Amino acid sequence: MSTQTKPKPTGETGGERRINMIEAINEALDVMLERDDNVVVMGEDVGYFGGVFRCTAGLQEKHGKTRVFDTPINECGIIGAAVGMGAYGLRPVPEIQFADYIYPGLDQLISEAARLRYRSATEYIAPMTVRSPFGGGIFGGQTHSQSPESIFTHVSGLKTVIPATPYDAKGLLISCIEDNDPVIFFEPKRIYNGPFSGYYDKPVEPWKKHEASIVPEGYYKIPLGKARQVREGEELTVLTYGTMVHVAEAVCREKGIDADILDLRTLVPLDIDAIEASVKKTGRCLVVHEATRTSGFGAELSALVTERCFYHLEAAVERVTGFDTPYPHSLEWAYFPGPVRIGEAIDKILKD
Amino acid sequence: MADQADKKPHTGDNRPALALHVPEPRSRPGGPVNFADIDIGKAGDQPRPDEGTAPADMKDLAYGLVRVLGDDNKAYGPWDPKLDPDTLRIMLGHMAMVRAFDERMFRGQRQGKTSFYMKCTGEEATSVAASMALASDDMVFPSYRQQGILIARGYPLIEMINQIYSNRGDKLKGRQLPIMYSSREHSFFSISGNLATQTPQAVGWAMASAIKGDSRIAATWVGEGSTAEGDFHSACTFATVYNAPVILNVINNQWAISSFSGFAGAERTTFAARALGYGLAGLRVDGNDALACFAAQQWAANRARANQGPTLIEYFTYRAEGHSTSDDPSGYRSAQEREEWPLGDPVMRLKNHLIEIGEWDEDRQQAMDLKCAEEVKATTKEAEKNGILGHGMHHPFHTMFEDVFEELPWHLEEQAKQATSERIAKFGSERPDQ
Ligand SMILES: Cc1ncc(C[n+]2csc(CCOP(=O)(O)OP(=O)(O)O)c2C)c(N)n1
Repeated sequence: MSTQTKPKPTGETGGERRINMIEAINEALDVMLERDDNVVVMGEDVGYFGGVFRCTAGLQEKHGKTRVFDTPINECGIIGAAVGMGAYGLRPVPEIQFADYIYPGLDQLISEAARLRYRSATEYIAPMTVRSPFGGGIFGGQTHSQSPESIFTHVSGLKTVIPATPYDAKGLLISCIEDNDPVIFFEPKRIYNGPFSGYYDKPVEPWKKHEASIVPEGYYKIPLGKARQVREGEELTVLTYGTMVHVAEAVCREKGIDADILDLRTLVPLDIDAIEASVKKTGRCLVVHEATRTSGFGAELSALVTERCFYHLEAAVERVTGFDTPYPHSLEWAYFPGPVRIGEAIDKILKD
Repeated sequence: MADQADKKPHTGDNRPALALHVPEPRSRPGGPVNFADIDIGKAGDQPRPDEGTAPADMKDLAYGLVRVLGDDNKAYGPWDPKLDPDTLRIMLGHMAMVRAFDERMFRGQRQGKTSFYMKCTGEEATSVAASMALASDDMVFPSYRQQGILIARGYPLIEMINQIYSNRGDKLKGRQLPIMYSSREHSFFSISGNLATQTPQAVGWAMASAIKGDSRIAATWVGEGSTAEGDFHSACTFATVYNAPVILNVINNQWAISSFSGFAGAERTTFAARALGYGLAGLRVDGNDALACFAAQQWAANRARANQGPTLIEYFTYRAEGHSTSDDPSGYRSAQEREEWPLGDPVMRLKNHLIEIGEWDEDRQQAMDLKCAEEVKATTKEAEKNGILGHGMHHPFHTMFEDVFEELPWHLEEQAKQATSERIAKFGSERPDQ
């Protein structure tokens, strides 16, 4: 992690370019910096060095110091300045180095960015995309592994977007940058370099082999508010996002469950139509996320499904989540909602 | 201030007991007031360095008090901005209008026409005179006591009153607390109720202007109490790091609701001196001297425009009235403070200066005050035709759900339908969307 150049694509097969999520994010930023003079990329270490995860590598060199630059270690200042930049007419893309460090900037996000359009009756807007790596499974411990998405989905005026593949990461990020509302773009760092089966003690399949790592060059968009059908099935609906998409997929495959898996991609706005259609078809629903359980986004999903599909349900909606503890460093894999926890929940739902 | 430890030291411990210092203001209700320790210096005494001067070479200005108007109402020294009489009369006119406006709106709140109001009595120069030194398209990020900027920029009074009444004429659709104006057309940023949040935003705007090679600068206003917020320190850090073309105006009116300035650290140093640790230029100014306020802002604006960097200005002033209509200052400070404030009344001082230089007289002042009062009164009547708070003439109901996002998402559309059906249940179908 010490080169100054842009990451090179990880592999190309049969004329198809396969890249990992870090590269996809880098490309999205590159494309948007090229297309729109008003896009600026800023954050701790994002400039010369290209970010601690290398997501912005090479961008400063290519686009210049006033378009891509380092900031003080001051999340309130980063997001506060981005609000002012947005009001000016720029489209800032601030990076918060780890989602765990977004809290010092929370007031600027919640009270300012999210409400500026509403409180000024559209006189001012804050069209910013706050990018931040989140989630665990990398031995980050309690201060580098949190999943704080439900803090943001609870706020009116913010959009929350979470990609699960390189293809989605690029297309969604481009949509976010072009969006006129403030967006939180959480990047599941466990799958930056490759999908994850949930078995930390088995080798990880690299993105090189994964269909969703075939990423077109240049500009394309994936609309916000549209879920992705990961696989189609009749027995059970799994609603999930981020790293857990891959875990859920592996569990269903291995257990031979004919599941309908939806990768939600955006939590706000939420693709309620896809959710309803799937649950009404299968009659059973499992919600999976990595964040702590109580008041997590899974509670919202569970309530929505119950409200809208009650007469179609054959079993209670189950939630598989992280535990209500901080993320413990040495026991990350005990905290992580792995195949066992998901498998047990599926058994329970199917038994009813 | 002999501070006492609340508890006895642990027995057997022969180290001295520590004592917590809790600041106490100069006066409390019923007590005498003594402002003798405030060194206000002499008008004209402070040097005026070149606008490109390095912050380290002008440290004294962060501790002194830049003053132009002397006790004899004459202008003195290098900070005299030498404004022509017409400009001075316009300045006085805006300040008189702010006062008339405050008076009327305060009464309006007491009459139940709105829920809340905040006066800026005694601080008129810090917004009117300061903003007159900026270009009309320089962007301002005010706090809630800078109505003077809107008035100086010619924002229609009726729009201000519509906002205060949250009526159907309110351009902000009745969403903001009264006095939390916004006017993009007047380069006036939407006011937040969360203190100090506007300060890093102003710096960000200024950075954007610099990124774009624009020539417009930004200025922000914040109360001295609010400088204790982290946002203000974020703003100072960003301003200095990027040499942003921004002016950070700190209005030290001595009180943050009932907490005196000591609770923001005023016992140990000045607010202007906050600048020094960041490497910002720092000026401390007599906030009741309109000429000094103008001159300081002009100095900082020139500096920013020439890419010489940001300036932090402390305006030393006094909040003559309550914090807001919800506050009763007699509960925490001596009523004598207002009388004995050593820097006088900014409106009177400017008026007396104009009279002193033979460009004004008491009759004209009286006529002007009357004209302001009448204009505000007539505009208030006009605004009332659009409704007052709580009397039903508000924005169409559905607007409550608009502008959360650029487009209305399904969940808000559903909630809007729910709210409309509730209204039909309550009022019948005549007024679901009034
Ligand atoms: C973040 C935040 N904390 C507390 C408040 C409540 N509050 C409103 S005004 C005020 C005092 C502010 O004092 P100061 O900054 O000195 O400005 P002044 O009112 O004197 O002009 C407080 C504590 C608030 N609006 N926002």
